[in-house]
Amino acid sequence: MNPPVATPFFFYLLSGTMLIGGILVITRRNAVHSALALIAALLAQAGLYLMLYAPFVAGVQIILYAGGIMVLFLFVIMLVNLERAQKERQFNKQWLVGIAAAGALGGLFITIYTKGKGIFPDRPMPASLEGTNTQDIGKLLYGQYMFAFEIASLLLLVAIIGAVVMAKKRI
Amino acid sequence: MLHISTLHYMVLSAALFLLGVIGVLTRRNVVIVLMSIELILNAVNLNLVAFSHYWQGMQGPNALHGQVFAIFVITDAAAEAAVGLGILIAFFRNKETVNVDEVNLLKW
Repeated sequence: MNPPVATPFFFYLLSGTMLIGGILVITRRNAVHSALALIAALLAQAGLYLMLYAPFVAGVQIILYAGGIMVLFLFVIMLVNLERAQKERQFNKQWLVGIAAAGALGGLFITIYTKGKGIFPDRPMPASLEGTNTQDIGKLLYGQYMFAFEIASLLLLVAIIGAVVMAKKRI
Repeated sequence: MLHISTLHYMVLSAALFLLGVIGVLTRRNVVIVLMSIELILNAVNLNLVAFSHYWQGMQGPNALHGQVFAIFVITDAAAEAAVGLGILIAFFRNKETVNVDEVNLLKW
């Protein structure tokens, strides 16, 4: 039996990093700063995955999100010249309505979570899970979720073609 | 000592989702809107993995369906980012702007 890694201190540290990163993403003027804050938030989320005993998803998160998708974002930020956009207004005209709508959604979340708290019993989650996480995920992916896996590969093919067609100057 | 339950993860995920929604609804810069969409997808992923962990506690260590779903969501996020940034580049080449509220070619 391993000692639990999911101590409350690490949970609050990582979730604080994620929340600060998220706030920085939506408030920074410079898009590069936003992207860096998002990378910090994604790495903290990988730590939360490790606390939830999901090492494979944590690795995929770091390699694919922080290493792949965010590099793509940074490339595009460098490609489109954003210096003029930094001097302009950053928020659009209906920002008040947007914040009101988000506040309504937050009220809905608070209502649901306070009323439906009993569905998730307040016991500690299981501390140690024996077994091979990656192998089990592979078995599920190539067994039960075979069809969804093939559809996902088709989706990626369509996305490759779409990205090339969109970004090409003359087809 | 207070322990961390599934509800903690759900509350954190809801907070991140709200941050993403605020970013999508209020920012003008398309790149930051796309990053906010990534925030929303990550909030959903955190929920899925937390539910998977909860389900493992009830069904045994082989019940990893939530993590498999999280991997599918990451695949979708990659596809969405590639196509979205491609559209952004094509748009920037034509109109020399990256602001969402100046995208009005289809308005009459």
